[in-house]
Amino acid sequence: MSNTEDHEDDIPLDALPLDAWHRANGARMVEFAGYEMPIQYAGEHGGIVAEHNWTRESASLFDVSHMGQLGVSGANAGEALEALLPGGIMSLKEGRMRYSMLLNEDGGILDDLMVTNAGEQYGLVVNGACKWDDIAHLHEHLPEDVTLTHYADNALLALQGPKAADVLGALVPAASELTFMRACYADWDGVPLWISRAGYTGEDGFEIAVPGEHAEKLADALIADDRVNPAGLGARDSLRLEAGLPLYGHDMTDTVDPVSADLTFALTKKRRETGGWMGHEAVSAVLATGPAQRRIGLLLDGRMPAREGADVYAGDTKIGTVTSGGFSPTLGRPIAMAMIDAAHTNDGTALECEVRGKRLPANVSPMPFVPHRYFRGS
Amino acid sequence: MPRYFTEEHEWIDVEGDSATVGITDYAQEQLGDIVFVELPDVGAMLDKGGDAAVVESVKAASDVYSPITGEVTEANGALEDEPALVNSSAEEEGWFFRLTVGDRDELEGLMDGKAYKAFVDNL
Repeated sequence: MSNTEDHEDDIPLDALPLDAWHRANGARMVEFAGYEMPIQYAGEHGGIVAEHNWTRESASLFDVSHMGQLGVSGANAGEALEALLPGGIMSLKEGRMRYSMLLNEDGGILDDLMVTNAGEQYGLVVNGACKWDDIAHLHEHLPEDVTLTHYADNALLALQGPKAADVLGALVPAASELTFMRACYADWDGVPLWISRAGYTGEDGFEIAVPGEHAEKLADALIADDRVNPAGLGARDSLRLEAGLPLYGHDMTDTVDPVSADLTFALTKKRRETGGWMGHEAVSAVLATGPAQRRIGLLLDGRMPAREGADVYAGDTKIGTVTSGGFSPTLGRPIAMAMIDAAHTNDGTALECEVRGKRLPANVSPMPFVPHRYFRGS
Repeated sequence: MPRYFTEEHEWIDVEGDSATVGITDYAQEQLGDIVFVELPDVGAMLDKGGDAAVVESVKAASDVYSPITGEVTEANGALEDEPALVNSSAEEEGWFFRLTVGDRDELEGLMDGKAYKAFVDNL
């Protein structure tokens, strides 16, 4: 038996602030984005499916400290970011956040990210595997009067699930006042926290930036609540796939533009017309003609998953490729995202995925596969 | 009935000219929740060390190799409806397939239970 996963050669592994905490809590650690990260935990509540289901039913604690936490400050920071991001940044009110992306001149996605107006500066959270390239890109293109700070010593914890608000609200009352895509500072027992009501699971929940030296204390306080169990990267991936959320490096790359990646919503309407952001010309052309291929969801029959790289067929014609796929614990069947020719992207279109010489029936499906349950206010 | 093990974490029970193959408890633990098992067709000729089956966990697809050369005589149909049997009973009910024993000499390079345990302890 052998694993057919690809492992990239990478730089020497760094330990994240919660490294020892994960091991003490029964994590199986794997290499990811240059770090050792928990893929899943042992024990009664451990395992990808159990952790996945617990997140949908209660609340799970994920360590996402591999992600890059950046600050962009200076009088012209908003303007400077608008030159690199296709979303409205100047119009973002304090405490509000937006999903956006860094694009190259050809409109290809360099990374996707969250940008928050944090008052005295803008906060960016970028992918762990891209952060060093992002930092280089930002250094190259931000004007000199704008300062880029990398909060490399911060940890980032995600508390996700329908009970997350009750759990975090008991420790930090300010958290329960937030609605989806809003953020605030909070003081917890003398520890400064930056809390965002957002996540990558489709559930209500929070991402909490905390100084690395206090990360263990916060993680302990959160899992001391019976409603919370730790969850690893395995469940994070199956949850985000069910939520229809694309994963950088898989469902989008630097050769895929935001329209083809079905992320047109992140191109703020007004800014599509006014332009002034890197990649605008190339992306406008795709908007005008429509993309040749587009990211869609696929619901597969049977139990055999189609994974990244599987060819997608309409009859005898290859029309695209699966960009990520797996088994949906919530639906009990395989689901996938694929980049396919635009002519076949209508919901319900009957296609086939080829896996090890077998053709698996699949239908184009709207996403999310499992409805989002964000808290937008009561 | 002697049971042998491979370094690829398959087990094989040999009974006369027939053998039963599965993956070890250690292997299922490593793979995590198994959602699908693709088994060889009855009548398929397998080579020692060659591809025999594929196990799909939530996370990834993993190849299972045949510990010996032989012809497949039976596949475990129970895994079609309940692939999680491989998690709950990897070394008994969660067996994968049976095949003929073509060349008994091929068994000599395999590990016994004690040797396999020592092998796993060193991983």
